[in-house]
Amino acid sequence: MKKKLLSAVLVSAMLAGTLAGCGSGGGVNSTPTDNGGSADTGSDVSADGGASEAAQTDEGQVINIYSFNDELRNRITAVYSAIENTSDDGTVSTLNDGTEIHWIINPNQDGVYQDKLDEALNGQASASADDKVDIFAAELDYIVKYTDADINVAMPLESLGINPDTDLADQFDFTKTVASDQNGVQRASTWQACPGVLVYRRDIAKEVFGTDDPEEIGKKTKDWDVMKETAEELKAAGYYTFSSYADTFRLYNNSMADAWVSPGETTIKVDQKIIDWVTDSKEWKDAGYFDPAVKGQWNSDWFTAMSSSAKVFAFLFPAWGIDTQMVPNWDGEAGAWAVTNAPLSYNWGGTFVLAAEGTDNPSHVKDIILALTADTDNLTMISKEYADFTNAKSVMQAAAADDSFASDFLGGQNPYVYFTPGADSIKMAPLSAYDQGCVELVQNAFGDYLQDQIDYNKAKENFETAIRERYPEITQIQWPE
Amino acid sequence: MKQKRKKIDYSKWGYIFILPFFASFFIFSLIPLIDTIRYSFYEYYRSGLKEIGPNFIGMANYAELLKSDMLKYAGNTLILWLIGFLPQIVIALLLASWFVDARLKIRGQQFFKVVIYLPNLIMASAFAMLFFTLFSNKGPINSILLSMGVTQNPIDFMGSVFGTRTLVGVMNFLMWFGNTTIMLMAAIMGISPDIFEASEIDGCNSMQRFFRITLPLIRPILAYTLITSIIGGLQMFDVPQILTNGQGSPDRTSTTLIMFLNNHLKSKNYGMAGALSVYLFIVSGILCFIVYRITNDEDPDGSKAAARKNKKGRR
Repeated sequence: MKKKLLSAVLVSAMLAGTLAGCGSGGGVNSTPTDNGGSADTGSDVSADGGASEAAQTDEGQVINIYSFNDELRNRITAVYSAIENTSDDGTVSTLNDGTEIHWIINPNQDGVYQDKLDEALNGQASASADDKVDIFAAELDYIVKYTDADINVAMPLESLGINPDTDLADQFDFTKTVASDQNGVQRASTWQACPGVLVYRRDIAKEVFGTDDPEEIGKKTKDWDVMKETAEELKAAGYYTFSSYADTFRLYNNSMADAWVSPGETTIKVDQKIIDWVTDSKEWKDAGYFDPAVKGQWNSDWFTAMSSSAKVFAFLFPAWGIDTQMVPNWDGEAGAWAVTNAPLSYNWGGTFVLAAEGTDNPSHVKDIILALTADTDNLTMISKEYADFTNAKSVMQAAAADDSFASDFLGGQNPYVYFTPGADSIKMAPLSAYDQGCVELVQNAFGDYLQDQIDYNKAKENFETAIRERYPEITQIQWPE
Repeated sequence: MKQKRKKIDYSKWGYIFILPFFASFFIFSLIPLIDTIRYSFYEYYRSGLKEIGPNFIGMANYAELLKSDMLKYAGNTLILWLIGFLPQIVIALLLASWFVDARLKIRGQQFFKVVIYLPNLIMASAFAMLFFTLFSNKGPINSILLSMGVTQNPIDFMGSVFGTRTLVGVMNFLMWFGNTTIMLMAAIMGISPDIFEASEIDGCNSMQRFFRITLPLIRPILAYTLITSIIGGLQMFDVPQILTNGQGSPDRTSTTLIMFLNNHLKSKNYGMAGALSVYLFIVSGILCFIVYRITNDEDPDGSKAAARKNKKGRR
């Protein structure tokens, strides 16, 4: 009997072990954030930063750069002249003074990148010099999480020795605003700005409107009312205006008046603009202006909609979208697309570079950030080579008038003619640390509604449930009247 | 005195040999397990990079979970499991009894045994990814259906509750029926051939043989299969997670309990996730107890029970 009892206990304990491993294995080794400690190191480093040139020889041998894809590595290796070579697998670069850059790349999907980064930043104070995070990348959707002055994981640029007012004077103002903490201290910098445009198929434009001239088409897409008439024309000819309701989301989201969550509050305020997106999308979907086979973005159906067999007229993308999404998915001849103004000017995304508090390589970090985000020659080169819209007002204005920036993919059109004015008129919606979850979950919840799976109130309910799961500290969700 | 000393005791070696297991079990399973249970009584999560807690809040996490949609997700899990399990057990029984039937003399048995087991070797997430691509709106299945003229518009398989649940069920079925078949074959082969021969001499047809002899005699293994499958089903995660992109769409109808748990872990909510794990632990513990009772049956052939019944009847 005793044996039996023992084995029963063992069997159930083993089973529980598998369950626990699945659910909460991470529970044991999470280290509490030590706010006091990081504040201390902060003052140390700023003292160091002032004398960065003198301290060069004292710097660590390894620069750790955390990023979510190889974009940052490609950009830095392209512009940072001190890099001598990079290993074939892309994990280590060697500088001419013998210092090594270690590239630590984790995918953004499912929060993997942020999990790893948070783990590393939490252990920053106790990590050995060569293991400390030195530079990390953050996307616009979650940058607020890292620029927060109270958390203080990203160094103010000034304590690195970069003066945002003079060194970064040529950057677009909205990129500087979103890179600053709640006190207006800039803690991040970016080499790109992401004004969005409308990218359309020339062959469809010719067939339906008789012209593929960006200026003429631009008149047909200048605001939502005109856009709707255009959509009706396209529908009559058997084409869809956009691939799905998710494509237009950023335009609405970017024109929100208030942040999802105001600083210091635990209430999510759903903006009227989001509700507008839901009602407009419903109307458009029922009218047949979207491709019914496409649900959301970043899936194979969406990519197929960019191919020559699709019947989708236009996509809404910033410069990176054309280069990284449309070019690889287009299977026809180059020159089939063109850009024009979108119904609303908007900004979508952007990768920011942050210097980690406690870095042991402040002067290299400073050099890298300056080379990547402030050097006009480098930024011009990035725009030419990679068709990226770079964060330099003067360069972009010159590019809009310079036909050497024309793109083969766009049939010889110079897209900066449309990007640059777009960038000037961008007003960023206020950001909050909850943006990523809100943007993702509101699209999921109302996606079901737009596909006629559930009714409107159920979608609201599902959004509230999902938000409370993701952010336990949220106490209330307010909907506009 | 001398006599006692001569007795050699080997038992310490036994303890030494099982020590590595117990040491690793203690460190990697038992401590996290106890931690999980401890944290389930705490408010403990992260908001951005800020850590909140741990603050002791008693049973609040448990009460909160009962108020949430947990039971709905338990229902989802059960339905998804049933859709996969019912065909699985039927097909497995059928295949197992065919394979071991000496009279049928199926050729290439070994080959088929390997083939039906193969789907189990593919990683579940890869399998789900494959189905996701196959059944997407512009995927190959829809292309075939369109070109054959079966439908005019592409069928949105993953846009409907029925479609999504069926796909998950079919995947689980395909992955596990081979495993179950092989287990049941072992069980049927364990039945003494004498019984089958005797039944044939008595003029039993194959149906009678299956229902009157095979089924009753493999009952303990069947029960074992059922319970282990339920426990596996409770932990269903990767297939629906990948197929629905972690959303459990549409309308959260394919959200399983572990996906629900995973949602809490996005904010590192160890308190709430711990409480949910404890609930799951209790349910699995009960199931384990049942399977333990069945597999350790002291009276496998029913003779004791029959004797008791007989005795009662005589009284």
